Amino acid sequence: MTNMENSAGYKKLTFWERNKLSGGYLLQKVITERAVSVIRFILLFGMCFLILQPIFNKISVSFMTEKDLYNPIVVSIPEHFTTGNYRLAAELMNYRQAVLNSIFVSLTIAALQIAVCTLVGYGFARFEFPLKKFWFAMVILVILIPPQTIASSLHLHFRYFDVLGLFKLITGDSINLRGSKLPYYLMSAGCMGLKNGLYIYMIRQYFRNIPGDLEEAAYVDGCGTLKTFIRIMLPQATPIITSCFLFSFVWQWTDGFYSRMFLGNTKLVSTALSRIVDSLGAYIQRINGVKTTISVAYSNCILATGTLMIIVPLIVLYLFAQRSFVESISSTGIKM
Amino acid sequence: MSKQKNKIAGLQKRKAVSGYLFISPFIIGFLVFMVKPLFESFYMSFCEVNLAAGNVTKALNGITNYYFAFRVDPEYNRLLWEEMSRMMVYSLAIIVFSFFVALILNQKFKGRALVRAIFFLPVILSSGVIVGLESNNQLMDTLAQTIEQSTSGISVTAALESILRTAGVGVRAYEKVFEVIDNIYDVALASGIQIIIFLSGLQTISSSMYEAADIEGCTKWESLWKITFPMISSLFLVNWIYTVVDFCMRSDNSVIEKIQKVMIDQQQYGNASAMSWIYFLLVLAFVGITSFFISKRVYYYD
Repeated sequence: MTNMENSAGYKKLTFWERNKLSGGYLLQKVITERAVSVIRFILLFGMCFLILQPIFNKISVSFMTEKDLYNPIVVSIPEHFTTGNYRLAAELMNYRQAVLNSIFVSLTIAALQIAVCTLVGYGFARFEFPLKKFWFAMVILVILIPPQTIASSLHLHFRYFDVLGLFKLITGDSINLRGSKLPYYLMSAGCMGLKNGLYIYMIRQYFRNIPGDLEEAAYVDGCGTLKTFIRIMLPQATPIITSCFLFSFVWQWTDGFYSRMFLGNTKLVSTALSRIVDSLGAYIQRINGVKTTISVAYSNCILATGTLMIIVPLIVLYLFAQRSFVESISSTGIKM
Repeated sequence: MSKQKNKIAGLQKRKAVSGYLFISPFIIGFLVFMVKPLFESFYMSFCEVNLAAGNVTKALNGITNYYFAFRVDPEYNRLLWEEMSRMMVYSLAIIVFSFFVALILNQKFKGRALVRAIFFLPVILSSGVIVGLESNNQLMDTLAQTIEQSTSGISVTAALESILRTAGVGVRAYEKVFEVIDNIYDVALASGIQIIIFLSGLQTISSSMYEAADIEGCTKWESLWKITFPMISSLFLVNWIYTVVDFCMRSDNSVIEKIQKVMIDQQQYGNASAMSWIYFLLVLAFVGITSFFISKRVYYYD
């Protein structure tokens, strides 16, 4: 009873009285907490600004006319507002076609890669077979080998493509697969696409953390391996599969290396962006009829506009799927 | 008894077979698109490759290509050395930065989700071609110059640098540190995934450990080194490998650019293969040695 009264009386005390009772400890604690949160705010605000500023800068530059770029007074708010940069960049990149192509390629590639990687990851997580360690070491090796190392020979490999000399036997010549999309789809089906080793690793980690009871129950009830995988395990792994799919989509969207190497003939946003300054030069030359050098500032302005146009779809995607991007990595519980 | 044993062996065998079936796409892809090109490019690095009249002719010429890469080519040595030292410094900076940020983000405050989302944004936005474009953005450079001029050239780092320089000790080390600080933007861009990995590790540490340490009179600083650090030390290994690998595959990597120039523009496949093999072996050795040393210090809780 007295205890209750005590606590009721305690509540009525003001901050300073409580502070006095605690011998100055309370004030000290509050001050430290406030100071920590202020410092944390400043630090985080600075770092977030650091990351976001280039994007804001690109946005403001993309609405400027060439006059504004040289005006030292104009820093972030354009004096002569224009959307002409967007129109020009869209024309230079062949935007609509490129976006459609990119969406198609990225979607199909990502779907194929993740389908195959899920199979492989599941195989590594749930089955015991001879040489398993060896093959998994090979997965790690695939993550480690820069694709540029084998680029030169892949180049030739697909230039004179052949399966065990069969085509040469039939048609008398090997097939030139350079420039077609087929090689890249083949590579994706063989888990050798962009960062596929990483996806295998992540999916394996996720499957390893799912308890095996359900799976065993399914086996006991006479479910086959494949059926168990599709009916029991796959629904449980949707988070990691979604996020790997998103990663694959996004990285494929911006990828330059594989796109230039295998999909050179297909107009994609990534390759179009890396060529945008050259095409600007060609465009101006076509209009003027004489070879002119474009100013650095203007070409950079067009480049910024093009970059923005490329990343806008990704930002929209990220806004909607932010959770599955970020949380997936935490959920794999990566450990070595 | 023996029948039952047979049955178990049969089940194991069946599981092994289906395991192999599951990973067969990887095995096939690995053999066809990785092992074969890898050996071919290894072979090519010892060859004189000619692409005349649509036919590839390879003639063994020993280690000429390697000799070319190291002794004849004017750039390669320098680029390789620069890139390796850059990789060491930046990977360290990225690890430290992401650990620090993860520590901050692990605390409870308003808007944590937003900050986390912003830190993760670069993983999506600065990948592939965009990285390369970002790094030689001259407009940004001129903007930075005008800002520097308008503030009459006083920046905090420059002032600090001049003060520390007068002390005169370890100038080269300072220079590296300041180079990293000046390019903190690159570091922040490259550390999105590492931050998330560290964060997920930090969240698995049970709070009872910190409470116990607190009661025993441990300060926050001590519990950082005695609890947090060992508990997520295995993630340092993961992040280290990821960072190094990520760094050497970036498209603005000057060695890679050099290799591509030699291969595509100059059509010297042999030289390009030799260069890429040298680079690959160096990176592999670097990853191997460093992760060996890190893994010795990793502490496994369970």
